[in-house]
Amino acid sequence: MPSFYIPSEEKVKQLEEMQAALQSKLGDSIVEAAIINNEAEITIQKESVLKVFKELKDNSKFLFKQLIDIAAVDYPERDQRFEVVYLLLSLANNLRLKVKINISEDFIVDSLTDIYTNSDWLEREVYDMFGIYFGGHKDLRRILTDFGFEGAPLRKDFPLSGFVEVEFNEEYQRVMYKPVRLTQDYRDFSSNNPWIDEVKTDTFNFLNKKAKAE
Amino acid sequence: MGLNLLDGQNQDAILKQNDSQKSGFFTAQIDTVVNMIRANSIWPMTFGLACCAIEMMHGYMARYDLDRFGSMPRPSPRQSDVIIVAGTLTNKMAPAYRRVYDQMAEPRYVISMGSCANSGGYYSYSYSVVRGCDKITPVDVYVPGCPPTAEALLYGLFQLQKKIKRTGKLWR
Repeated sequence: MPSFYIPSEEKVKQLEEMQAALQSKLGDSIVEAAIINNEAEITIQKESVLKVFKELKDNSKFLFKQLIDIAAVDYPERDQRFEVVYLLLSLANNLRLKVKINISEDFIVDSLTDIYTNSDWLEREVYDMFGIYFGGHKDLRRILTDFGFEGAPLRKDFPLSGFVEVEFNEEYQRVMYKPVRLTQDYRDFSSNNPWIDEVKTDTFNFLNKKAKAE
Repeated sequence: MGLNLLDGQNQDAILKQNDSQKSGFFTAQIDTVVNMIRANSIWPMTFGLACCAIEMMHGYMARYDLDRFGSMPRPSPRQSDVIIVAGTLTNKMAPAYRRVYDQMAEPRYVISMGSCANSGGYYSYSYSVVRGCDKITPVDVYVPGCPPTAEALLYGLFQLQKKIKRTGKLWR
C-alpha cells in the first residue's frame, strides 16, 4: 500500500529510536515490533498489558499520556480470534504508537482503567461490540446497543440484520420487539473495481472474457 | 329562543350604517378559519437525530427562515403540533420517540424527513435501526432525500399545511 504521508528523516529516525528503546525496556513482553506505513506498532503478550502500559505512560522516553482509542478486530480464521488495538499519543515526544494483543474468545484482558481513566468507556464499547471481557473494570456493561440487547454485533458470526426489530404494538400500546423479518432480501451492491482481476458480476465477466479473447 | 332578532328592514339599516362607517364584517366557516390558523402556526417538536437535523437547522436559519411560516421549534412536546423526525431512528430511540409522540396534544402531525426516517434507507439492513418511523407512529408527510435540502423540507411543510387546510376538523 502506498503511503502519501512522507515523514522527514528526523521523524523516521525518531521512530526507529523509539523502537529500540521499546525493545530495551519491554523486550521480554514484545512479540513483534514493526514500522508499517511510517507508523510504529508493537504486538505484546496478552498477559503483560498492565506492565507494558504503565511503562509506556510513565517512562520519560515514551510519556504516552493519552489513550486515543481502543479497537478490536475479529479474525474468525485465526487461532487467537480477536486482536485488540490500543492507540496511544505522546504529546511530550510528538509520537504515536499502536499496541496490539491477540486473544482468544475466553481470555479476560486486564483493564486499563487504573492507568488511563478514559479507557472505562472505550473498554465498554469493545465489550459491547465484540463481547471481550476486561478484568478489573468497575462497571463493564453495554454502552451503545439497545437495553437488553443480546449478542456481539461486530463479531463476524453475527448476522447483519440481527435477530429482532422493534415495532409499535397496537394491542399493548407500546413499542415491542419481534423477530426480524425483512420485506426485501439483502441486496449486495458492491461494485467490483476493474483494478482487481477477480471480477464477480456478469457484466464485468463478459467484458473480461472479451478482453482476454482479443 | 332568547335571541332578539331584528326584522329584515332593520337588519338592512344596520348593514347600511356599517357600510357608511367603513367598518364591515365578513362571514366564513369557523372550520376554515381554525384550519387556516392551525396551518399557519405549526410548531415543530425539535427531534433532530442525525445529519438531516443539520439540514433542518438550515431551514430555520436566515436563508429559508421557517419562522415566516409560523413554524417555530419547540423544546417540549406539550407545546408542539408537528414532530419532524429528522434522521436515523434507532431501536434504542424508538420507545423515546413514541413517548414524545404520545405526549403531543391533538391535533398532531408527523413529518418523516430523509430516507432513514422514511424506510431505514441506508441502514435498512442494520441490526439496530427501525425500518421507517411509520413502524412506530403514523406519518403525514414523507420528505425524500439523503439528506433532503432545506427547500425540500420547506416543501414538505407546505404539503402539511395543505393537508391541514383540506382535512382539519374542529370537532372529531
